[in-house]
Amino acid sequence: MASHDHDHDHHHDHGSELSETQLRVRALETILTEKGYIDPAAVDAIIEAYETRVGPHIVARVVARAWSDPAFKKALLEDGSKAVLSMGHTNKVGDHLVAIENTPQRHNMVVCTLCSCYPWEVLGLPPVWYKSAPYRSRTVKEPRSVLADFGVKLPRDTEIRVWDSTAETRFIVLPMRPAGTEGWSEERLAALVTRDSMIGTGLAKNPNEVANG
Amino acid sequence: MDSVHDMGGMDGFGKVEPEPNEPPFHEPWEGRVLGMQRAMGYAGAWHTDHTRYQQERLPPHVYLSASYYQRWAAGMERMLVERGFVDPDELAAGKSLRPGKPLKRKLTADVVKAGLARGSFFRDPQGPALFKVGDRVRTKNIHPKTHTRLPRYARGKVGVIEMQHGCHMFPDTVAIDKGDCPQWLYTVVFTGEEIWGPDGDPSMKISIDAFEPYLERA
Repeated sequence: MASHDHDHDHHHDHGSELSETQLRVRALETILTEKGYIDPAAVDAIIEAYETRVGPHIVARVVARAWSDPAFKKALLEDGSKAVLSMGHTNKVGDHLVAIENTPQRHNMVVCTLCSCYPWEVLGLPPVWYKSAPYRSRTVKEPRSVLADFGVKLPRDTEIRVWDSTAETRFIVLPMRPAGTEGWSEERLAALVTRDSMIGTGLAKNPNEVANG
Repeated sequence: MDSVHDMGGMDGFGKVEPEPNEPPFHEPWEGRVLGMQRAMGYAGAWHTDHTRYQQERLPPHVYLSASYYQRWAAGMERMLVERGFVDPDELAAGKSLRPGKPLKRKLTADVVKAGLARGSFFRDPQGPALFKVGDRVRTKNIHPKTHTRLPRYARGKVGVIEMQHGCHMFPDTVAIDKGDCPQWLYTVVFTGEEIWGPDGDPSMKISIDAFEPYLERA
C-alpha cells in the first residue's frame, strides 16, 4: 500500500513508508472521531489493556492450576470457557474457549491458516510470527519443521495434532508439566508456562530455566 | 474466495522468525488501528466476518506486502466507504465533511476498562444436527467467490467428527449481509496422508472447525 521512491536509500524509504501509514491512520481517527463514531479515550483504553493487563499470564495461572488440581483440569478440558471464568479474572473470555492437553503421546499446535484467529482475551495480542505467512502456510503441512524453527524437537512417535482455527472456537494448549516440579505452588508453576507453550510452538520451561528454580 | 489469504500448505514463505520479548505494538499507530477497529465493531458498524472478507478482497500483492495492521487499516478504509460510514472525499481530505450515520452504540473507556467482552457466536438451531461425534464425513469441494471458512487444502477430504461446538452464526452468509443462518459447527480431524497424500507426515493429524454446510456423509 506504500509507494516506493527508488531514488531514496532503503532507510529513508522505510521511514517515509511508515509516515505515510501514520498519516493515513491519523486521518482515519480524526474522521471517525469527528463523525461521532468513536471516542479516542476508548482507543487509548484498548491499547492500555493490551499493553498492561491482557496477556499470557492469564492462562499461565489457568495451566498452573490444572497441573495442581485434577478436578480443575477435568473441568478445563470439558469446558474451557467456564473453567477459565471460574478463576475470576476480570477479562471476559467469551463462550468458545477449548483447552487441549499435551501428553507424551500427542503434542498439539494451534494455527489459523485463513487469517490470524487467536484467543486474544486470554493470551493477549498474537505475536507477529503467528500472523505471518510462513507460520500460516507451513504449520498444517510440515509442523515438525515449524517446531524446529522454535528449537523444539519431539520424538518421531509423538503424534502432532494441528488445530486450524477456522471458526470462532479458540484453542489453548495445556502443556505437559515439567519434571522436577513436585510440590511447587501454583505461582511458581505459572512462571514455567510460556505463551508459546500454550500455542504449541514451545514447551513449558524446565525448573533450571527460571531463577530460583 | 480462493485468494492468497488461504495460505495453508503453500510453499516458499521461508522460516518462522520469532522475535524475543516482542512488544504488543511495534508502532503507536498499530494500537490506534486495533482500537478503532474494535470500537467500530462494538458500535455495530460491521461484524468480524465483514472485516475478514474485506481483507481477503485486497489485491493479492497488497495482502502479501502489507503488514498485519497495514492490512487492517486498508481493509477498514474500504469497509467504511463500502458501508457508507465515510465518503472517499473525506478520506482524501483527512477530515469529516458531513454528519455521520447513526450507530447502535459508542464504545467508551469505562466499558473497555470493565473488560471488553467477546460476543457470543451461538445462535438458536434451525434443525437437528446432521452429524455426531465419530461420524465419517467428506468436506465438499466448493469454491465460492465470496467469504468461506473452509480452507482449500481441506476440501474434498474425508475426516472424522471429533467435537460438536453447538450452533453458530454462519460466516459465509454474515460476510455478505445474508443473515446469521445458524449452522452446527464441528471439529473434523484428518490424517496427514488424507490431506497431503503420500508426502504427508504420517505422525500428524490436522483438524478444522467446519460448519455443517461444508460437510456430507462419507
